[in-house]
Formats: sequence, C-alpha cells, structure tokens
Amino acid sequence: MTLDLALQYLVAGLTYGAIYAVVAIGFNIVYSATGIINFAQGEFVMLGGMIAVQLAPSMPLPAAIALAVAASAAVGALVEVAFIRWLRKPTVLRMVVITIGVSILLREGALVLWGEGVRSLPYFTGDEVTSVAIGGARVSPQVFWVLGTVAVIVVLLEWFYRRTLLGWEMQACAANRDAAALCGVPVRRLVTFSFALAAAIGALAGAVVSPITYTSYAAGGPLAIKGFTVAILGGLGNSGGAVAAGLALGVVESFAVSVLPAAYKDVVTLTLLLAVLVVRPSGLFASGEAARLKEF
Amino acid sequence: MAGFRLPAPARVALLAVLVVAVQLATQATGKGFYLTQLTMTAYYALAVLGLSLLMGYAGQISLGQAGFFAIGGYTAAFFSTVDLASQRGGAAAALATRVGLLVSRPDLYGGTTLGVNPWVGLVLGVALAAGVAFAVGVPVLRLRGHYLAMATLAFGTIVSAVVVGTQRLGAADGISGVPPFPFLPGLRVGGGGADRVANFYVAWGLVGLAMLLLGNLVRSRTGRALRAIHGAEDAARAMGVDAARLKVRVFVLAAAMAAAAGVLLTHYVGGIGPSEASVMKSVRYVAMVAVGGMGSLWGALSAAAVLEFLSLRGVFGAHDDAVFGGILLLVMLFSPDGILKLPARGLLDRLRHRPARPGEGS
Repeated sequence: MTLDLALQYLVAGLTYGAIYAVVAIGFNIVYSATGIINFAQGEFVMLGGMIAVQLAPSMPLPAAIALAVAASAAVGALVEVAFIRWLRKPTVLRMVVITIGVSILLREGALVLWGEGVRSLPYFTGDEVTSVAIGGARVSPQVFWVLGTVAVIVVLLEWFYRRTLLGWEMQACAANRDAAALCGVPVRRLVTFSFALAAAIGALAGAVVSPITYTSYAAGGPLAIKGFTVAILGGLGNSGGAVAAGLALGVVESFAVSVLPAAYKDVVTLTLLLAVLVVRPSGLFASGEAARLKEF
Repeated sequence: MAGFRLPAPARVALLAVLVVAVQLATQATGKGFYLTQLTMTAYYALAVLGLSLLMGYAGQISLGQAGFFAIGGYTAAFFSTVDLASQRGGAAAALATRVGLLVSRPDLYGGTTLGVNPWVGLVLGVALAAGVAFAVGVPVLRLRGHYLAMATLAFGTIVSAVVVGTQRLGAADGISGVPPFPFLPGLRVGGGGADRVANFYVAWGLVGLAMLLLGNLVRSRTGRALRAIHGAEDAARAMGVDAARLKVRVFVLAAAMAAAAGVLLTHYVGGIGPSEASVMKSVRYVAMVAVGGMGSLWGALSAAAVLEFLSLRGVFGAHDDAVFGGILLLVMLFSPDGILKLPARGLLDRLRHRPARPGEGS
C-alpha cells in the first residue's frame, strides 16, 4: 500500500469514525441520565438524514437541516414520554426489549413514508467530484463538513455540561438521581430532555454525513451497533473516550476493508465488540473501579 | 399462581388431540394446504421453546437465536447439496458410501450426484451450533443486562454478515435444492403434497416430545436452580447453585434446539436464505417468548403457533416486521409477564383483596 493510498483510507476512516463517535455520545447522554441503553439511537441518525432530504427541495439547506434536527429531537422526546417515562422500576431486560421495539417501529415507519430507496442531501460545497488535495490524497469537502460538525458538537456538549446550569443538573442526575431530585432538580424533565438531545445530535450527524454515506430506512441498525461498540470501547458515559474510540474504530474498519472482502467489514467491528465486552467491559480508557459500580 | 393446572403429560396429550383435530379439520374443509405453514410453524416453535427456556426460566436475554437456527440450517443445506461425484472412484468415498455417510441421488438433469447423508448434516449442524454456543456462551454469559443483549446481538449479526458475505453459502440468494430428509424408512421430511400430512405429524410430534422433555427439565432440581438464577443470581450462587455452568448449559441447549429446527425446516422447504439469520428473526423469537410469558413454555408455544402461522400465511402483509415490533412493544409496556397472565392476575388479585404485585419479576 502506498502512502497516498493509506492516507486516503485514513481520511475515509476518520469520516465514518466521527459519525460512530456521535452515535456513541448519543448513547452516553441517555445512559448517563437514565441507565438505559437506547437501542433506537441509530434510528435518530437515519431520521435526521431522511427528514432533511425530504425538506431540502423546498427550503434552503441550513433551514432543512435545522428543521430535521428539531423534528428528530421531538420524536426523541416523544419516545421517552410515550414509552419510558411512566414505567415504574423497569428491569433492564424490559428496557432493552422496549427500545428495540421502538427502533423497529421507527424503521418501519420510515419504510412506509419514504420507501426502500437510498437517499442523500446534495453536497454542501461543490459536488461529488469536487476534491481537495491533502498530501497525495483527494478529499471531498464534505469530509471537512462532517469532521467540523462533529468537532462543534463535542465542544458545545462539553461547554454545556461544564458551564450551564442545565448541564450541571444533568450531571447531578447522572451521579445520583434521588439526591438530585431532593435538591430540586427536575429529574423527569431532564430525562426527556436527554432523549431529545441525543436524538438531535444524532440527527445532525445523520444529515451532514448523508451526501457521503447515503441513508435509507434501514441505516439505523448497523449504526447503533457501531455506536454501541464505540461507547463501550470508550467507556460508557465517557464522551472524550467515545471520540477517540470512534475515530480509531473508523480507521481500523477502513483498513480492514482494504484487505478483507467488504462484506466482512462489520464482522471485524463486531468481533472487536465481543472481545472488548468479554475482556474489558469497562472500556479501554475508563478505570475498572468506576465500571464495577455500574450495573452490567 | 393458584388455580387449576393440568399435569404435564395430560397437557401434552391435549396438544396431541388438538394436533389431530386440526389435521382432520383441514382435511374435512379441503384446506390441506394450511398444513404446510403449520408444519413450518412447528419448527419455528422449537427454536422459540429453546429461547423460552433461556429467557423465561434462566432470565438471560439472547438476540442471537436466529444465528443458531441459521448455523443448523446452513450446515444441513451445505452438506446435503455438495456434490462429491468427482470423488466417486476414491476408496474413502466408497467406504463412506458403504457405511451410509454418503448417498447417491438423481439430480435434475438425469445424472446422479453423490451427496452427504442428511443425518450427517443434522448431527454436524447441531454439534456445530452447540459448540459455537459453548464457545460464545462461556465468556458472554458472564455479562448481564445491556451487555449481554448487545453481545448476543453482535453474535447474531456476525452470523448474518458471514452468511451474506460467503459465496459458498449462496450469499444473498441462500442455498436451494436441498433434498428431503430421510427421517424414517418411507417417511421423508420434505416438501411435496403427498407427504404433507405425515410431515405435519412429524413436526408436531417433535414439538410434543420437546414439551415433555422441557417440562420435566423445568420441574427438576435444575429447573428450580434456573428460576433461582432468574430471581436473584447472587442469592442462587450463595445457595450453592453453579450459576455460570447452568447458564451456559441452557444457552447450549437453546442453541441446539434452534439448530435442529433449522436443519429440519431447511430440508422441509428445500432451502434456506440469509433472512433466517437476520437480527429481525431473533427479535421475532424474543417477541413470541414475551407474548407467551416469561417462564411459561406453554405460553411460548401458543404464542409461536399463533403468530408464526399468521405471519407465514401472510396475514400481516408487508408490515410483518412492524407488527412484531408493535406486539413486542405493547406486551413489554403493559404486561411484561405475557398476555396470558394479564387478565387472570388482575382478577385473582381482586378476589383476594390484595393490591397488584408492584413492579415485576426481574
């Protein structure tokens, strides 16, 4: 493999990896607030892409994306209110199955609305053949849009959690729900908000990446599994870890495809997931001590 | 759970009566073609029963049951369609044919092919699934909750991706042209109108046998230990239950049942496609167990029989997956112990003047 080709694979890997990181952060937001893994997280990425594609012909692109993000956030909040909020002490098994049911309904709903076709937004700058030379690699400007958007999401989230009252309340809720409630934190509303927030950032990522990866009604499932792999690798609840793990997984996958048949790309990721779950379920970056306190 | 309960052998006898009644009814009304879907339903029900044991009794979720079904089905399909005619002259092939491992059969074009005896495929398929289940189960069943769900989902997705990505397994087309399975002399598990009634009885006979054996298992010391694990694993271990070993055994048993069902269904319909390995199939199995009620083999069997038959008849049309997703959601939201227990418990509780049990079994 020449250096130029390696660079090309690296850029492709980082692009996909950035999206995996966003899905993983979505898992983390909901997990921190509720202790639930939302198996429908990938569907929000799909929804963001699909709704934006639907709206794009009738309005400017930024407005279409903003509306798609808002609509997905509303769906996320609705899912929480309709299916999760009123359950009393649900077991983990029950929550897993309920969120899987939600993911199936969202997917089938998208199938009814938009059909089986593959869709995408237009490129934000230039078109599919526009490229920028970096070293010896040709890189689509859309890649910079994806990486830039993900970077902004991560920085804003960090600011939100550290510098705003709402962010502090979310942290308090994650640390100890009952204690937070006693201190006057509106725990229930925060849980709804966490679903909306996770859906919103997933949807934004889904819209921005759609020119490169395309999207379809069935795009959510694989993304959820990848995102979960990344969330585990980075340590559940650790967003910095998620970014590092996401980029790493994207690059590993990208190079794996260069030597293995493309159909086995997912097998690489999933084998990695199984291995990590078995050997080090606390993630690569987290301390084992913290993980032991959590309910597996 | 007070009330009237039939003893297990009586229940199986009732099942037998019901099966015969259904067959006679289809014959009398000229709807014999229903038996084809009812036979397929029975094989899917075997896979569901295995999962019921794992989820409902041992309390361990698996989103990979279809993976084991596919391992069985694809092993059977692969070995029974491979043509070893070029090896015919060899001593090894001659010996294998002599002891019955290989069998000649006519092909579509008037020649003969030399294939592997389907019984070998059955043994290999079940053994492979059990072996894989053991290898996966030992490390993975140490996980709980979300982690176990994702790990089994990952396993199921791996099987699905390997099947779709492997040319030798027919990739997206699957394997067709699988010959019938020589179950007994003169009785073959395979398609074709002539054998339809016999096949119906074979399939449901196997279900009855499974119900007897599993019924004994869940009432035994092992069954009580499994329920103890479900209730509180740490407490069960403190009482001397070897939880880790038991969980793996049940996982392997569930996988073996799914694989056997996969082998027989593949021979019955004459082929297998990658959809059998899909995660959605695994979710459907989970849905059927959930509808029937956690910890209720008869509930799981009833749910599988009704839902799978309706699905195979195409009653749900293009929205098959949505229907199963919706059913799963509704059951888990409103009656996580299964729909059969919903009205009965409310009534009993009212009669006894005690409030409904808070929360639900873990």
